[in-house]
Amino acid sequence: MSALPGSDLKRTPLHALHLHLGARMVPFAGWEMPVQYAPGVLREHLHTRAAAGLFDVGHMGQVILRPRSGRIADAAAALERLVPADILGLPEGRQRYALFTDDSGGILDDLMVANRGDHLVLVVNAARTAQDLAHLEAHLSDLCTVEPLDRALIALQGPAAEAALAALVPGAEALRFMDVGTFRAGGDALWISRSGYTGEDGFEISIAADRALGFAGSLLARPEVQPAGLGARDSLRLEAGLPLWGSDIDTTTSPVEAGLGWAIPRVRRAGGGRAGGFPGAARILHELVNGAPRRLAGLLPEGRAPMRGGTPVFAGAAGGEAVGHVTSGGFGPSLDRPVAMGYLAAALAGPGTRLWGEVRGRRLPATVTTLPFRPNSYKR
Amino acid sequence: MKFTEEHEWLRREGDLVVVGITEHAARQLGDVVFVELPEPDTTVARGDEVSVIESVKAASDILAPMDGEIVEVNAALVENPALVNEDPMGDAWFFKMRPASMADLDDFMDEDDYREFIS
Repeated sequence: MSALPGSDLKRTPLHALHLHLGARMVPFAGWEMPVQYAPGVLREHLHTRAAAGLFDVGHMGQVILRPRSGRIADAAAALERLVPADILGLPEGRQRYALFTDDSGGILDDLMVANRGDHLVLVVNAARTAQDLAHLEAHLSDLCTVEPLDRALIALQGPAAEAALAALVPGAEALRFMDVGTFRAGGDALWISRSGYTGEDGFEISIAADRALGFAGSLLARPEVQPAGLGARDSLRLEAGLPLWGSDIDTTTSPVEAGLGWAIPRVRRAGGGRAGGFPGAARILHELVNGAPRRLAGLLPEGRAPMRGGTPVFAGAAGGEAVGHVTSGGFGPSLDRPVAMGYLAAALAGPGTRLWGEVRGRRLPATVTTLPFRPNSYKR
Repeated sequence: MKFTEEHEWLRREGDLVVVGITEHAARQLGDVVFVELPEPDTTVARGDEVSVIESVKAASDILAPMDGEIVEVNAALVENPALVNEDPMGDAWFFKMRPASMADLDDFMDEDDYREFIS
């Protein structure tokens, strides 16, 4: 991963491919990334839902956590100090969603944790990689080595992803949602998980940086696979109700407020075998039982005007104090309508409640709805 | 046809000026999903935010290019915002205005100047 001349933007191993494909490149979390290709966000989004989209997600941080003792349980126990998840109970060949929490119960980052037998692999947000590495070093280096990886990461998402990948990597089709495995194809060792950030069935493929262009090219040679940029990734994840760190979750939002209580298993909750023992446990365990004063919920604006992040939300068509705000909002191409999510006072966060978002000085009605906006199609 | 630095095109039609956004602007915006038009019979000043255009990615304002009065708006855009991407220089005009002074039209770039401006 090299720096741009005259700038400090990093480039992923697929950078040359993006330029070849005519992508519009933008700075994102310190990286120069494709926001869209020639067809545009709308078509890339719809193609991913109809067939398969290929996303470069090589800007995300991939980190190996290797137990100094050689015993994977030691790495799992160490990581459990920082995340309210069940890592000790994560079987080899499986992946789990987790959150780094801070002492006040906020969210430092969200991440995927995979058990690869003798080590764990973490995938963290690009914007948080440096902080996460420092956090891991500071708290786990007694029990683990923390090894950032420079492998490429490619997401292949959509209903045609399975057939496209299996044509190149026989056996990948046997993975189920949140399985991980190592596959050999053309001399490459591919670390594949069946997961993604679109609400679709799909895969995330980690591959040696110098082999990524060839592999991505082979996938794109298939007519059902089209490249998709960060713009489509954002509209897809929004429809899928998946939060984005820095927009919907951050250190000022707790897991319960964010509707991520599902990621905290019974064993880490009050009364569980390994209750607490993670940063911010007092607040988070309390909120898991008693609820939080505000909740992340979906909003369906009634008209065609999108309600973007930052839009204040009110209980009435005029007057009153804001009862919440939109954190992510835009147009949902698959729903052909605007969609938004945001924090709402808990009493008003129930599905069906009619609220008003203030857009350009005008109160526009919107109805609270559960997330996701459309059912996901994970292959379990 | 004249062009503004805000990537609007202006076409004289009798004592009216038709206003739209350039092909360059439409391409930069990407897929347009929402258009909000001004009320007809509104008096506007140059630089007023009179219209809003939202793509999948972001919202942008369309400014009144001249002092004057909005006399007609293109309701077809509200029904079919994608028209902005399909025919930005033609069918996807936004509004027609009666400028306070038609002579102000001379202040704007011609096509060659605009091409240079965006290059």
